[in-house]
Formats: sequence, C-alpha cells, structure tokens
Amino acid sequence: MTDLTSLKYTAEHEWVALDGDIATVGITDYAADKLGDVVFVELPEVGATIDAHSIVGEIESTKSVGELYAPLTGDVVEVNDAVVDDPSLVNSDPYGDGWLVKITVDPAAVADLLDRDAYLALTGGDE
Amino acid sequence: MTDLRFTPLRERHEALGASFTDFGGWAMPVRYTSDLAEHHAVRTAAGLFDISHMAQFRVVGPDRDAFLAYALAFDPAKLALSKAKYTMILAPTGGIVDDLIVTRNAPDELLVVANAGNRDAVRSALEERRAGFDAEIDELDASLIAVQGPRAQEILEATAGLDHDDALAMGHTLDSLPYYTAMGMRFRNGAVLVSRTGYTGEDGFELSVDSADAGALWDALRDAGEPLGLVPAGLASRDTLRLEAGMPLYGHELSLDVVPAQAGLGRVIPLATKEADFVGRSALERGMPEDAAVLVGLVADGKRAGRAGYAVYAGDTRVGEITSGALSPTLGHPIAMAYVAASVADAETPLTIDVRGTRIAATVSTLPFYKRNAK
Repeated sequence: MTDLTSLKYTAEHEWVALDGDIATVGITDYAADKLGDVVFVELPEVGATIDAHSIVGEIESTKSVGELYAPLTGDVVEVNDAVVDDPSLVNSDPYGDGWLVKITVDPAAVADLLDRDAYLALTGGDE
Repeated sequence: MTDLRFTPLRERHEALGASFTDFGGWAMPVRYTSDLAEHHAVRTAAGLFDISHMAQFRVVGPDRDAFLAYALAFDPAKLALSKAKYTMILAPTGGIVDDLIVTRNAPDELLVVANAGNRDAVRSALEERRAGFDAEIDELDASLIAVQGPRAQEILEATAGLDHDDALAMGHTLDSLPYYTAMGMRFRNGAVLVSRTGYTGEDGFELSVDSADAGALWDALRDAGEPLGLVPAGLASRDTLRLEAGMPLYGHELSLDVVPAQAGLGRVIPLATKEADFVGRSALERGMPEDAAVLVGLVADGKRAGRAGYAVYAGDTRVGEITSGALSPTLGHPIAMAYVAASVADAETPLTIDVRGTRIAATVSTLPFYKRNAK
C-alpha cells in the first residue's frame, strides 16, 4: 500500500512519486472515480521530452475523456504498457499498478507540487 | 444554479456509495461502483434503476382521447386498455418537444411519461393544448423504478409483497405480459403499475409506485434480485445500454431542431392512418427538406470513441456531427450515433471521425448496434 502522504500532487489530479531523479506519475483515486471506468489510455512515447503542464496523454472512460498533464518537465523513460492493455488498472489500483509514466525530472521542482493536505483541500477532502 | 432535486430513493443511493450527477435538474446516481460492471449485469442478469426523475402525467376527463389525439403525434384510437406506445409531442414546426410513453393504464385514464429535463416544456405544452377539451392533467407524486435484464421477470416474481391481483391486472399475468403492455400489481396495500418497457435493449419492467412506497419496493426488489445477479445501476450504464440498443436520448439525438423522420422515427408518427389533426402534423406532411441531416449509426475499430459534438467527414468534407458515442462495453469497439448528410447515410459508407485532431475511420451501420436474442 502506497503511503499517500509521501506523494506529491497537481491541481490536474496527478500524483508524483520521486525516486532519485525519476518521477512516477499517475492519476489520483479522486480523478479515477470522477472519470468512471477507464476504457482507453494513451501515453507519450518513451524518449519524448515533455513540458510541465502540457497535455501528454488521454484517459477515456465510458462517459468522458480526461487529459493527462505533464506534472513536470522531463524525459519519458518508461510508460506502463500494462495499463494500456488493461485500462481498468487506473480504477482498481491508481497509486500502484495503475501508474502511467516515469519521467526524469529536476528533483527540486517536485518540491513545488502540492502535498497531500493541499491536494485534499482542493478536492474538498474527498479521497 | 438552481437547487437539484432528489428522488425519494436518495438515502438508499447514498448508502450504496453512488456518485451523483445533474441530469435534467435532478441529482441522480451516475454509478454505484463500476459503470461497466453495471452495464454487463443488465446484459447478463439484471440492473435496478431509479428513474423517478422522469415526469408522470395522468390525463383524465371525457375528452382525454381527443385531447391527446390533438396534443401528441400518436393515435389514442389505436391504444387498447393496458397497451403502451412510444410517441412524441411535437412543436408546430414538427420539431420534437419530447419523446414520451403513453399508456392506457385504466379504462378512464392515460399515463404520459416524459423526460425529466422536459417536464416543464411538456406540462406547459399540454396545458396550452388542453384549451377547448374537457380533460385534466395531474402530475403524479409517483416514483419510477426499472428492472432491466434477462432475469427481470424472475426477479419480479420473487419480490416479497409484490403480488398478482385480478382486480388490477387488466387480464394479464407477469409471465405472459407482452412487450409495451402494462398491468397493475399489488405491493403491500397499494397498486403498482408494471410496464414491460425499458431503455436498455433487454427485457425488463418499469414500475410506477406511489412515492411513499418507493423505498420499500426498491428494497424488496434488491432482496429478491441479489441472488439472481441484480445490481443497482446508474445513469452511466443506462446511457451505454441505450446507445448500444440504438435508442435516442433527448438533447442528443432528439431536439426541437429535428423532425422525427430525421431521427429515423418516421414510423412512430401515424400520418397515413391517423384521422385527427395534431400539433406538428401539417409541418410533417410538407416533408423533410432534401438537405436535412439524418441519424445514422457509426462503428469503428480500436478503442477510441467519437463523442457528442465530434465532426464527421467524408473525405475532406465535413458531413455531420456525432450526437452520442462510446466504446461499446458489450461489443468492444466504438459506436456512435450521428447526424450526417443523406448522401452519406447508407449502411457501409466509409467516413471518418475527428477525434480531438486525429481522424478515425468509421463505417455507417444500421441501428441498433446490439439486439438481444429473441426468446
């Protein structure tokens, strides 16, 4: 079980886990719940350079389309092919097997993202 | 923003952990757990829907038939006791004010069920058209619960307190109740109108019950249905189910700007057989303009669905727009309904959909996309 207080968050409902200079990115449980059952995920190419706040992927549910925003600027080093094959992982395990991309980042920039309390304040306290 | 209305089943939805959405001014359950699981449950077992947001108008009085013959596009003369009919209330232009189900639920009464979002428009159109007729319209304080799926009949038969009563049944039994036919049943000490109708493409029933008894009926249906695979199902699954079944949704496929024939619903309007004049008739008799867009189905490969508002192209020419679309949970590929130019509306016509900047190949398909196996 991921310690959610150890993660950083964005206003676009991504979470970020930092390990060295590699940030693993996914969407929050709150975002997954709002979308409903995810049926299609499109992720950036490995090797792509992505800019903070740009749209780098799509997460579609039966009802709507969510955009994946890059939380930080960096290079994509890995994408989660398992979630492309089985998009329901985004709903069933958003902080674990439902992760989306790994990017190399400037670790200092991660500190500027929201902490758990600030994110919960944004969602009105909903988990 | 106006305050949302809640149905009498609100507490039950909340206790089940439902997410709510604004639908036609009502806070309705959009899903309880998983909209895909709810969708599949309806296709394979059964789903339980609260559709109490829909408006139910009782029409009585000596001129009730003549009034509805004028106000609506259907022919009450053809509606026998206990039968239900899918019909429309039209504007003078022939545009669709709402799609309705009218049921002759008693010898001296008709029941008109309208969409939640059109409650006020339907009520005011009916009131306005009532002038000169000796007829009354009452909006019922009744809830509407749908049980939909192949096991729906078994579930109703197993529901404690829901009993056959010859005095209410209008000659029917649940077992032999035909499609688009209603019967009364007894639930506890009250009467429930049970109609074999629905909006999912499956066998099923819609139960109109006094709002005071709605919670008890919901609970009794769940208790009986749970061992048979019944799950509470929200509007998200209802939308994908009706889309697969090729059923239109007001505000998407139907509006004041389209006439029934454009939506493929010309057959619903008895222009050839109905004697009475009715609002919209003269406009429909003039026919559709030749360049009128028509509703078609679109199917595509892959997983990426076209959605409402997305443009449809034939080559480089924009030929129409999607009104509803989703990745079909049952079929596994994208499906959509779209209004397109009549010249590209034939089945098998290759078109493309602009999915947020990417062109997806699609093919015109007949509707419905999904049809249940006949018994």
